[in-house]
Amino acid sequence: MDETVAEFIKRTILKIPMSQMTTILKAWEFLSENQLQTVNFRQRKESVVQHLVELCEEKHASLNDAALLDIICEDVDPFDMKQFKSSFKKVLQRALKNVTVSFRDTEENAVWIRIAWGTQYTKPNQYKPTYVVYYSQTPYAFTSLSTLKSNIPLLGQALKIASKHQEIVKMDLRSRYLDSLKAIVFKQYNQNFETHNPTTPLQERSVGLHVNMDSRIIHENAMEKERVQRITQETFGDYPQPQIEFAQYKLETKFKNGSILAEREEPLRCLIKFSSPHLLEALKSLAPAGIADAPLSPLLTCIPNKKMNYFKIRDK
Amino acid sequence: MSVLRPLDKLPGLNTATILLVGAEDALLQLLADSMLKEDCVSQLKVHLARSLPLPANVNRPRIDLIVFVVNLHSKYSLQNTEESLRHVDSSFFLGKVCFLATGAGQENHCIIHRHTVVKLAHTYQSPLLFCDLEVEGFRATMAQRLVRMLQICAGHMPGVSALNLLSLLRSSESPSLEDL
Repeated sequence: MDETVAEFIKRTILKIPMSQMTTILKAWEFLSENQLQTVNFRQRKESVVQHLVELCEEKHASLNDAALLDIICEDVDPFDMKQFKSSFKKVLQRALKNVTVSFRDTEENAVWIRIAWGTQYTKPNQYKPTYVVYYSQTPYAFTSLSTLKSNIPLLGQALKIASKHQEIVKMDLRSRYLDSLKAIVFKQYNQNFETHNPTTPLQERSVGLHVNMDSRIIHENAMEKERVQRITQETFGDYPQPQIEFAQYKLETKFKNGSILAEREEPLRCLIKFSSPHLLEALKSLAPAGIADAPLSPLLTCIPNKKMNYFKIRDK
Repeated sequence: MSVLRPLDKLPGLNTATILLVGAEDALLQLLADSMLKEDCVSQLKVHLARSLPLPANVNRPRIDLIVFVVNLHSKYSLQNTEESLRHVDSSFFLGKVCFLATGAGQENHCIIHRHTVVKLAHTYQSPLLFCDLEVEGFRATMAQRLVRMLQICAGHMPGVSALNLLSLLRSSESPSLEDL
């Protein structure tokens, strides 16, 4: 075995905390059961490492084997789907005797979970299930919450414990389209799906405007139109927007014009809700259509970036 | 200060130029297309502008009629019109300006009250026309009407001037002061 490989293995093993030593070595599957049994793990760490390196020499460990050990050290707690499912089910069943939990694995390391909720005394209602999609390689889960408010914290607990995270946070992002939520959360929306010729002049790519060829019609504000197009493109990009239906702003701010409302001491509470079958595309078309000025308020344009569409706004 | 004046240029031979001012370009475009479909002895030119003032240092013909298009569904549209009006010389308002309100047909989308535009037109002593520009039939009729008005304002109708037309329109359509 090469000097450098030996040194590399020695340093890698030294980095492993003693509590995880046997687990990792077993997962590595390089040293045999017999060999591991000869090692006295109660010694001082240096002696253990020394012994292990000698065993690796006996087996002629290569650089590849060493690299594999390194990877396993990084991914110390690999995600175990079976364990997640059983843990999740256990948490719910301990709290509510009557609950039906089903799983379905899909590609992209995602698991679909269906939960039918009952109570201590009633059978689960199969007609109002909750669905959860958990992407195990990410810290995100998506749920459709069609259940009693009291079940929601329990669901959060189950997810948190089963996925071995410290905390679970409810995001202020809601939509009926799972793909759009995924696009926003995983930042996949800024991919150009349509192929377009990059030399196409700006007017032809614009939203909703048709260039009229009649020479008797003269557009006086061509510069302004171009400015609006440019700002819209900078803000929203060329790609199709993720599909969400609402944006809600809960305001607790003081009124700021000269009227009598501005003299109130307490902030004014009001709720503003924007709704549309495809809100982001609608917002994108506002300025080019001449319904609003460009640039739009950052409160509207920040939605995909901030991964939120429910906002609470207070005075600073 | 670039203010539009009605008589600061010489007229073109047999040319009549209309300026449509409005925030929503698609509506202006529709109206322009409809107007150009009309049979007209004069040579028509349609200028579309989002707002005033117009860009300076541009060679443009004398403007014979200005139509301010206000969309009753959009407060922005009204604001845009009000700001643009400041860049029009007062002598234009002797029959060479008119207001066109669109969107009155869809009452549940209207956020500007009818009274507001009526008052605006009254303040500027100019006629107010209502037409849902998105409906083809109404738009074609309005286009016809505007072409005739334009011809008068350009002086192509012998015996009728813009001012004549204004007083004719006013007596039949505009409400009296008490009604406001």
